[in-house]
Amino acid sequence: MITRFRQVEMRLMGPLTAIPIVLATVVLVTIAALPFVSAVLSEWIRDAVPAGLQHAVAVTLGTVGFVAVLALNPIYAIWLERKVAAHVQDRLGPMRVGWHGLLQSFADGVKLLFKEDLVPKDADRVLFRLAPMVAIAGAFAAFVVIPWGVRADGAVLAVSNLNIGVLYFIAITSIGALSVLMAGWGSNNKYALYGGMRAAAQMVSYEIPTAILVLVVVAQVGSLSLPEIVAAQAGGFLGISNWLVFQLFPLNLIAFVLFFICGLAETNRTPFDIPEAESELVAGFHTEYSGMRFAFFFLAEYGNMLLISMLAALLFLGGWVGPVGSNPLLLFAKAFGLVVVQMWLRWTLPRLRVDQLMAVCWKYVIPISFFLLVVVAVLKSIL
Amino acid sequence: MSSPRLPGSTGFDGAPTVTLYDEDLPPDNSYAFSPDELEEDEMILNMGPQHPSTHGVLRIELKTDGEIIKDSRPHIGYLHRNFEKHAENIDYQGVIPFTDRMDYVGSMGNSLAYALTVEKLLGITVGERVACIRIITAELQRIASHLLAMGTYGMDIGAFTPFLLCFQQRERVLDLFEWLCGARLLYNYNWVGGVSHDLPDGWTDRCGRFLDEFVPVLDEVDRLLSHNKIFIRRTGDVGIIPPEMARDYALSGPNLRGSGISWDLRRDDPYLGYEDYDFDVITGTGAHGPIGSCWDRYFVRVREMYESVRIVRQALERLPAEGDVRENVPRFIRPSAGEAYCRSEAPRGELGFYIVADQKKPIPYRVKGRSPCFVAMGLFHEITRGEMIADIIAIIGSLDIVLGEIDR
Amino acid sequence: MTGAGIIERLAARLALGDGAFEADAEAADPWIRLPGERLLEAAKFLKSDPELDFDTLHCLSGVDWPKADPPAIEVVYHLFSLTRKHWIVLKVRVPRSGGRLPTLEGVWKAANWHERETWDLFGVRFEGHSDHRRILLPADWPGHPLLRDWEWPDTWHKIPVKPGRQMHERAETGQMSGVGPFD
Repeated sequence: MITRFRQVEMRLMGPLTAIPIVLATVVLVTIAALPFVSAVLSEWIRDAVPAGLQHAVAVTLGTVGFVAVLALNPIYAIWLERKVAAHVQDRLGPMRVGWHGLLQSFADGVKLLFKEDLVPKDADRVLFRLAPMVAIAGAFAAFVVIPWGVRADGAVLAVSNLNIGVLYFIAITSIGALSVLMAGWGSNNKYALYGGMRAAAQMVSYEIPTAILVLVVVAQVGSLSLPEIVAAQAGGFLGISNWLVFQLFPLNLIAFVLFFICGLAETNRTPFDIPEAESELVAGFHTEYSGMRFAFFFLAEYGNMLLISMLAALLFLGGWVGPVGSNPLLLFAKAFGLVVVQMWLRWTLPRLRVDQLMAVCWKYVIPISFFLLVVVAVLKSIL
Repeated sequence: MSSPRLPGSTGFDGAPTVTLYDEDLPPDNSYAFSPDELEEDEMILNMGPQHPSTHGVLRIELKTDGEIIKDSRPHIGYLHRNFEKHAENIDYQGVIPFTDRMDYVGSMGNSLAYALTVEKLLGITVGERVACIRIITAELQRIASHLLAMGTYGMDIGAFTPFLLCFQQRERVLDLFEWLCGARLLYNYNWVGGVSHDLPDGWTDRCGRFLDEFVPVLDEVDRLLSHNKIFIRRTGDVGIIPPEMARDYALSGPNLRGSGISWDLRRDDPYLGYEDYDFDVITGTGAHGPIGSCWDRYFVRVREMYESVRIVRQALERLPAEGDVRENVPRFIRPSAGEAYCRSEAPRGELGFYIVADQKKPIPYRVKGRSPCFVAMGLFHEITRGEMIADIIAIIGSLDIVLGEIDR
Repeated sequence: MTGAGIIERLAARLALGDGAFEADAEAADPWIRLPGERLLEAAKFLKSDPELDFDTLHCLSGVDWPKADPPAIEVVYHLFSLTRKHWIVLKVRVPRSGGRLPTLEGVWKAANWHERETWDLFGVRFEGHSDHRRILLPADWPGHPLLRDWEWPDTWHKIPVKPGRQMHERAETGQMSGVGPFD
């Protein structure tokens, strides 16, 4: 007889999978190299640009580079997701457009650009059009405080190195819930409304444990600034023993796993993808969207995936410090590792029901997070 | 909420996909619930006919309070072709392709039931080889059909991967059928008194090889999906059909067995010599919640595939080497006046045909198809009351309906 | 129990005289034809009697007999007992237009959709039915198409619905329809 509660068995990806993933890593590493380019550029700006214009030029170039990264990320993340899905499912995935389908996402992007922009007759036109913009603004704005590394002279590679970066992050990601609610209400479609309501409830609920778990980290490090949190994790055996996830074993490990679960829920990924549950709500809050507006929601989703993975890497996995010293590439490697885990989960697990999702949050995740916070705080004051 | 119309198109009048758009289309009176009768916080939600998870063009009208279903009414008939009317106008053999189109993912079972009924009407018996071939094809069709049910059920619950793994295996069954009779979905294979084509050379070997390779894959998909904790939580306690209700609604097939009633035509009212085969009748055990849950029905299907594999293996062994598969096929079918009702265990339950013959004509006077899905859909409103919207999908999937058979 | 035994028991219980019903116990599927007003009583007895225990209404069909005397629609109930494993076929004749029967929904719930279908395709009314609407056809479809003298409308809401006559004509003249094995 088959045992009743067997653990979820994940299919080991076949050896073929290694090829596209290595390839993806190469591409993404190229993206990650942009901070270095900006570092070179900043030297150039200092030498060649008149003093009065230096700030303006730096901001312009920084913004362009930043947006380029964020716009390129989803394109390759979508390609990577399709490849991961395909190999989990014993097929090949996109193979025709470009080598191993590398240009497939560009082709899809062009297609989406040329699609007709439809607004339903009875939709709330303002909200309907605003919602994708708010979604993408929320996802991109959170990247502002994500530090990508430190230069040798101690300068932090970030658009804005806020000393309350974590607080800003928690505040700005809430905008995502607003956009989903706007889309759901503005579409004037019952399915979209259901999706919007579910998403709002889900995001609001899971923000609580996210914030608590961030506090667990803050309580140990004693700072709200992300570069300082990373700096506290540097050094140690092989450069990894000081990572927060290995401290106070197993408290921080539990905190990391819970944080990752909350991240999945906040980004509406399987098994928490009930707002856009395809088999129930058609497409949830973006049922009525097409063309570029739809693509904006997609960009926001993949932006959020990267965002939550980067934050998890920064808070628990030592950010850009590791065995090879301090390097922004390390942060990207860790973040994309977590992104691949998210994809892996998506193509393995079924979807929870909305009440079960809430039960997971309120009955398990929040109490455990509180417990962790209290224990960590007590231990911190004793030790 | 304003007066309900199709989802998302509150401003639409008429049927825009119809070429000759009728300005004077009368008000849509096909709603069972009226917006005026709604209580506070209630809403009418129209699910389908175009919806990813209604397994065809099924429309369900839901009266909801938030996520909770207060009441539901299925609306069927979008695929209605009235094959029974057609059948009154064509000869007996000509009805077989129409029966193929009833349960279009289990065509072998349909034509088998029809052929058995006409044979009963005529008093024909088929040879041992034909019976073996019919059992092999019927059981392979059951495997294919249950694979589809299993895969799509996983997709309904949100797991996409089992779907493709199941379809790969289903594809191999279809390849076997294609080799056998040239068609992959609608076979016209079971004729009155025989089958259309004999097994090609090497077919039995390839069939045996398929069975050997299929079982490990089925094991794997079973491990991946059936015992997943989320899957169990989603299906173990929803859509309960107690045994009394199952009897009252005359459910059949895996849906009936899922409610714990051990009833299988192949064992209890055998045809084609099923009594000589060694297999178990799988019933729901209530392993994860009350007996008769969605999980029970789903798991009965999974276990039945193993039993089908056993039956096919035995049939391949005892298949007589010689025999003309068209030996008993009548040149003309002109039964004397009379009637016959015969049923067989199709993948989705007991598919019965009621045929009335009149005055030695070559065309049947009346053909009625008793479709198991039609019957199963009849209790839908009972088991959805008080469940949630996501459970609607789980319940539809667990009943394993095919709209071609409901609407006929 | 054999067909003859079931028929005998039912007739005895309902106190039906020899002329009040027809039956054929020797047919492949033993059947009994009752007057419509005794249907409900018979159904309740067949369900509740422990010897008979007909717990499922397996199938419910209509058959149109315009050339019978008098012209009638026959409603055929196939009853089966899962516990006793025996069959009986109940037949009831109603007039071709305005035929009425009591609903058996209260005895077997499965009757609900079957009766709706019979109303939809044959125009037989079932009194006391809880949801007496058309089921397969649109609510404003003209007529009941399984009646043998039913005529296709040319259009339905300006949509042309009438099929070509080819198939029907070929069948009328006795030609094979091109899908059989020997065509």
